[in-house]
Amino acid sequence: MTTTTQATAVTGAVGTAHTRVEGRDKVTGAARYAGEIPFDELAHGWMVLSTVARGRIRSVETSAVLRMPGVLTVLHHGNAPRVDSDYVGMLGTPDPTAAVFQHERVPHMGWPVALVVAETSEQAREAAEALVVHYEEEPHDVTFSAGHPDAYQVDGFMPAVTEKGDLEAELAASALVVDAEYTTPEEHHNPMEPHAATALWDGGRLEVVDSNQGTAWVASEIANMFSLDPASVRVRSEHVGGGFGSKGLRAHQVAAVMAATGLRRPVRVVMTRRQMFSLAGYRSPTTQRIRLGARADGRLRALDHSSLSLTSTVHEFVEPSAGVARVMYDADAHHTANRVVRLDVPTPTWMRAPGEAPGSFAVEAALDELAEKCGIDPIELRVRNEPETGPVSGLPFSSRNLLACFREGARRFGWADRDPRPGLRRDGRWLLGTGTAAASFGAGAGPSTAAMTAEADGTFTVRINAADIGTGARTALTLVAADALEVAPDRVQVRIGDSDFGPAWIAGGSMGTRSWAWAVTAAAGELRERLALNTGIPPEGITVRSDTTAAIGALAQKERHSFGAQFAEVAVDPATGEVRVRRMLGIFAAGRIVNPLTARGQLVGGMIWGISMALHEEAVRDRASGGHYGADLAGYHVAAHADVPLVEADWVDDPDPDDPVGIKGIGEIGIVGAAAAIANAVWHATGVRHRHLPIRPDRVLSANSAGGSSA
Amino acid sequence: MAPAPSTYSVITLNINGEKYSLPVDHRTTLLDALREHLDLTGTKKGCDQGQCGACTLLIDGRRAVSCLQLAVAAEGREITTIEGVAEGEQLHPVQQAFLDLDGYQCGYCTPGQICSALGVIEEHAAGWPSAVTDDVRPEAGPPPLSADEIRERMSGNLCRCGAYVSIVQAVAQAAEAQTTEAEAEEAAA
Repeated sequence: MTTTTQATAVTGAVGTAHTRVEGRDKVTGAARYAGEIPFDELAHGWMVLSTVARGRIRSVETSAVLRMPGVLTVLHHGNAPRVDSDYVGMLGTPDPTAAVFQHERVPHMGWPVALVVAETSEQAREAAEALVVHYEEEPHDVTFSAGHPDAYQVDGFMPAVTEKGDLEAELAASALVVDAEYTTPEEHHNPMEPHAATALWDGGRLEVVDSNQGTAWVASEIANMFSLDPASVRVRSEHVGGGFGSKGLRAHQVAAVMAATGLRRPVRVVMTRRQMFSLAGYRSPTTQRIRLGARADGRLRALDHSSLSLTSTVHEFVEPSAGVARVMYDADAHHTANRVVRLDVPTPTWMRAPGEAPGSFAVEAALDELAEKCGIDPIELRVRNEPETGPVSGLPFSSRNLLACFREGARRFGWADRDPRPGLRRDGRWLLGTGTAAASFGAGAGPSTAAMTAEADGTFTVRINAADIGTGARTALTLVAADALEVAPDRVQVRIGDSDFGPAWIAGGSMGTRSWAWAVTAAAGELRERLALNTGIPPEGITVRSDTTAAIGALAQKERHSFGAQFAEVAVDPATGEVRVRRMLGIFAAGRIVNPLTARGQLVGGMIWGISMALHEEAVRDRASGGHYGADLAGYHVAAHADVPLVEADWVDDPDPDDPVGIKGIGEIGIVGAAAAIANAVWHATGVRHRHLPIRPDRVLSANSAGGSSA
Repeated sequence: MAPAPSTYSVITLNINGEKYSLPVDHRTTLLDALREHLDLTGTKKGCDQGQCGACTLLIDGRRAVSCLQLAVAAEGREITTIEGVAEGEQLHPVQQAFLDLDGYQCGYCTPGQICSALGVIEEHAAGWPSAVTDDVRPEAGPPPLSADEIRERMSGNLCRCGAYVSIVQAVAQAAEAQTTEAEAEEAAA
């Protein structure tokens, strides 16, 4: 049921709640995801992953497996076609983990060593499990620690280091100092739909039906890797069961293409949930040291944030946690640095709010500690440290409504009545506490193209290579197009997820809907000009194309971000160590909200990721084997229904002045600061600072017995 | 190439009121039989080991994860999948509530959540207690289907997008509507 469908032309679709245009298909099971499109002669591939953490493959014993029922082929480094991974794609050089079966080296546990293809999935699985691979094992190092001697500074997507002022002098002159180390664990995206791809050659073109966050992106990566004409590769991805940063070019697509090419028939490769823990990317663990020096009134003299993350030996990826303070807080001396260490582990990648999620935990928890030391309310401390311009860049903010978020949040959460002293409130066996934290995430746009057709029947068709990974992008773009065309949303059909629609930005960096909406708006403007000529609409319709590359390139340099204020109330049982979140409220200044119904869900979903990050998620690596303990959804707990209380999200008015629709982006900011708000609330409940996530029961208990901060 | 006769059987499954005869490998799970043999892909595979609930369906009216059920063991049972929940074009009230209240995002866990919700509403009406029920004596009758009761009973169904808040609201709304309807029918009778 839609709430805005009207018979006459209207504007005002943007900003009005609208149920998802594909909602009926999703609640009836009709929506088909990547592994669900039927093909004649489909063969099933099953990946075989290394069982050692470092070494080389001595032999792959294929002969026995090739005799098993239904087995069609076994691909491995000895027989797989060569591919090119020495190129620079849309988002940089590819992770060589996706360039499967190119050499005998094994750089980590769970490295893809073979693909077994068979007539049925059962046959493929049995044969894959029966495949014997002999290795020459070498000693490995998977131990991540703050003092690792091989750590080095690296730029990644932002400069590794920013430095302003004399840090030691300002710290020495500070009335109050916080100096603490914070850690966050290895975390995994775990979208509900495992990565799946079916590859086939059709009329001289390679087609891949896949689950990804950008079909034009993945198509160009595949074309690069297989040295194909980009026009001869088509990637489709209509419905995507979650991504969170993990769904780009990965081993399964490349393996499927290799097998489909060799066998000349469609081949489907689906990752198992356990395989995803080493093949789908993850968020690196971090160790972060924060030093804050303040005047007695809380204003910062010194801010030092140093973060260490890990990466694999085959690809450099930096979790840029130290970037947070470059946007959030100024100080007379302001130093931030991101370092990384290469270990014998899989390659980490972007995961919802890369950098900001772990970085905001450290910065916002440290500020809470400073507020305590200063005897100042945590919100007031942030008010006193609100910068006029970018603390590092000196650039103006496009808009910065952080304090408006705190004011509205404090009012609705009931913050004014809060007694700042910790450990005072009880509800039966539970100790109660409240906490707050700030949030920010970059607001950007990427070049995109769109095609818009005025159909002869009076409807409009939009073709844009957007990806709806659960964000509601398909619906949001329908509303944006409707407003831009001044028609009702039910006259607009938006088609997405097909690389043949042309280049467009990916569903990533909280930039998807903004980037695509810009292209849709531009196309609508041109189409309306064409229609104004009143030449009539031919049977094939009138189609215009837009390209936002120039417009986005012309944007003035500014600090462009969304902001938010997070509030949490927790209950802690000191006898069992259990922490329960009782309620959460997030107020965001995140640009114009296109669809309040889906936006609220997305922001709340991010906050729930914050609950999960604060209390549950932790992938534990075994030093001896180099692999995970419990690499599945039982061993790696993500927040379930019973973990999630009433979580509310809302927003203040904050249209982006430089965006045609006023959008900033909301995909990531919901998680930022959420874990810090919960950790700060746990301190308020118990009087103990928990600087290491997740706040497990054993950590609460051992902190109780130690009588101080947690280890 | 068909599997060897000793490793497969021709079975008949009763799904959404229709009978399907198919040869299956004895190792084939009910989930894979639906998805790979019968083109009923509404039932989702999230983990294939009973940990996420995405493959939840109803067997003889009760919730089950179809990835832990062999297809050959499902003969003679009445199986309801998400494709069989609506009455033609008319969505079931639980489906309608998920749609109206946005009880999903990516939609991949949704069929499992909806089938699980159908089971929850039935189990609750039948007086089954849960881990958060205060008074579990049979004579106490069903507890109010509070948000906490729904959360506890739905906890076998993970939603990584984090749509839990609106899922709980959707289940509550649908259950309420069902109760009101039942009471109205009772009053009319």
